[in-house]
Amino acid sequence: MFGLLLDEFASAFSAIKLIFWDPLFDESFASYARPQLLVKAGPIILIAVGLSIGFKAGIWNIGAEGQYILGAIFGASVALSFYPQESIFIFPAMVLAGALGGFIWGLIPALLKVYFKTNEILVSLMLVYVAENILASVSQGLLRNPDGMGFPGSRNFKDYPSAFNEEIITNSGMHWGVITAFISVILAYFLFLKHQKGYEIRISGEAPKAAYFAGINPSKTIIFCLGTSGLLAGMAGLFEVAGPAGQITISFNSGYGFTAIIVAFLGRLNPIGILLAGLLMALTYIGGEIAQLMLGLPGASIQLLQGMLLFFLLATDIFTNYRLKFRSL
Amino acid sequence: MVVFGIDLVLLIPALMISATPVLLAAIGEAIVEKSGVLNLGVEGMMIIGAVIGFIIAVNTQIPIYGFLCAAIAGALLSIIFAVLTQFMMSNQVATGLGLTMVGLGLSALIGKPYEGIKSPTLTKFEIPFLSDIPILGPMFFSHDAIVYLSILVVAVVALIVNKTRWGLVLRAVGENQEAAHALGYKVVRIRFIAIMFGGAMAGLGGAYISLARVPQWTEGMTAGAGWIALALVVFASWKPWRVLIGAYLFGGITVLQLNLQAIGVAIPVEILSMSPYLVTIVVLVGISLFGHHTAPGSLARPFHASQ
Repeated sequence: MFGLLLDEFASAFSAIKLIFWDPLFDESFASYARPQLLVKAGPIILIAVGLSIGFKAGIWNIGAEGQYILGAIFGASVALSFYPQESIFIFPAMVLAGALGGFIWGLIPALLKVYFKTNEILVSLMLVYVAENILASVSQGLLRNPDGMGFPGSRNFKDYPSAFNEEIITNSGMHWGVITAFISVILAYFLFLKHQKGYEIRISGEAPKAAYFAGINPSKTIIFCLGTSGLLAGMAGLFEVAGPAGQITISFNSGYGFTAIIVAFLGRLNPIGILLAGLLMALTYIGGEIAQLMLGLPGASIQLLQGMLLFFLLATDIFTNYRLKFRSL
Repeated sequence: MVVFGIDLVLLIPALMISATPVLLAAIGEAIVEKSGVLNLGVEGMMIIGAVIGFIIAVNTQIPIYGFLCAAIAGALLSIIFAVLTQFMMSNQVATGLGLTMVGLGLSALIGKPYEGIKSPTLTKFEIPFLSDIPILGPMFFSHDAIVYLSILVVAVVALIVNKTRWGLVLRAVGENQEAAHALGYKVVRIRFIAIMFGGAMAGLGGAYISLARVPQWTEGMTAGAGWIALALVVFASWKPWRVLIGAYLFGGITVLQLNLQAIGVAIPVEILSMSPYLVTIVVLVGISLFGHHTAPGSLARPFHASQ
C-alpha cells in the first residue's frame, strides 16, 4: 500500500519535472525548448501587459484574441499587397498596420462603452467570434495564396524576406516581437511608477468616484486602456503571423489572447510580474507539448493546469488582503 | 407555411431547440446576478454540463440521467466559484474567467474518448390533443421534455422572484448587501445557493447542446453560448420573462442564418455565422439607448460581514 503511494508520488514528481524542468535543462529537449520559451512568452507578455493596464482601471478587455487576429490580418494584408517587392520599409509598415488593426478592434468596445454604456466584457468577447469568422473568410478568400493550389491560407512569409519576422540571434527564439514585449514591460513599469496617466488609471480602478471628482475623465481612461491593449495585442498578432506561424491560416491563432488574461493576473497586474508569469506560462506550454509526446497527456490537460494555477492564486488573495488572526479561546 | 423558401413549421421548433441552452443558462445567471454576484464562468459550467451529460447519457443510454448529472456537475463546478468569491473574497471577474478556462480544459480532457459517438435520442413528448392541431401542433406542442422544462423554469423563477418572500430577500441581498445584512439575512449563504442554482441551470443548458441540439460531443462545442447567456441577462434587464423573449429572438437569428446558409443565399457564410454575435452587440447598444439600466445595486461588489 505504502509502496503504491510512493509510486504515485514518484510518477507525479516525474510529470512535474517533465513539464517544468526538462524543457530547460534536459539536453534532449533543451535545443528545441529553450528558443520556444521566448517564442511563446513574447506574444503572451505583450498582450498581458496591455490587458493589465485596463484591468488596473477596472476595464475588462477579454477580447484580446480578436484584437490579436485583426492585427495579424491587417499586417499580413500590407505585406501581401507589396509582394513580391523587397524593401526595408515593408516590415515596419506591417507592424504599424498590425498595431492599427488591434487598436481599431479594441476601440469598438471602448467607444460603445463611452457613448452607449455597453458592457465592454461582452462586446469585446463577441468581437472575438466576429474576428474568427473574418479570419476564416480571408484565409480562404482575400488573402489566400494564389499559388497555393486552392489550399486555404496565405503565402508563407518565410519565403518573403522583407516581411519575415526573422530571429535576431539564431536559435535563441528572440525575434522583434519578443523585443517589443520587453520594451512594453519597461514602458508599462514607468507608466505606473512615474507617469501621471498611470496614476490616473490606478485611481480610476481603486476609487472611481474619487477619480471623477479629481477631474479624471473616465471616457479618456476607457479609450486609452482599451486602445492600448488592442494595439499591443494587434502587434503581438502581427509578429506571430509574420514569424513563428508564418502565414494566415484559419487556426493560426492559438488562444494567446485568453492565456494572457491568466498571465496578467498571475503577474498581479505588475509589469515585472507579468514578465515572469509569461515565461512560466510559456514553460507550461512547452512542457505540455513534451508531456503530450512522452506521457501521452492530452493537450487540454495543460489548459486545465493553467486555469487551476489562476484559481490557486486567486484563493491566496485573501492572505494578502487580510491578516490571519487566531481567536484566543 | 413557406416564407422565402423557409418552412415555418420546421423553423419554429428549430428556433426553440436552439434557444433552449442559452435560455436555461441565462435564467440561472439572472438569479445569480439578482443576488448581486457576477459569474462569468457560465461558458465553463455549460461545457462541463455538456460533456458530463453526454458521457452519462451514452453509458446509460438514458438521456434524463445525463441531464440530471449535468446539472449536478454544473452546480459542483460553481461551488469552486462560490467558495473563492464568497469566502476567499477573490475578484469575481477573474474567478469567473478562470472557471471558464478550467471548464474548457477539463471538458476537453474527459471528453476525448467520446468524440465521434452519437448520443441517444431524446424522445419527443407530444402534448395530447394540442399536438394534433395542424401547423400549430408540430410548431409548439411536440418537443422534448427539456424544452417545456426550460419554459417552466422561467415561469417558476418569475413567480419566486416577483411574488414570494424568498424573491424579496434575494433581491434585497442583490440591491443592497449592507442593508440586507443589517436586517439579519445571511448574504453569503443566499448568494451561495443562487450561484449553485446558476451552475445547475448552466450545466443543464450545456447538456442540451450535446444531447439534443448537436447530438454529439466535440471539444469547445458550446462556442460562446455561455457568453451569449450573459449578454441575454443584460438584454432582459434582469427580468425572467424578458430572458425568454431574448433567448427566442437569439435562437431565431441563429436558426435563420443556418437556414439562409442551407438555401444558399448570396451572403458569405462567414457573415451569416458572425451575425448572432453582431446582433448581440447591436442589442446591447439598443438596450442602453432605449432601456433603462436596472442592474442590481450590489452587482459584483465583494461582501464580508466585517465591513
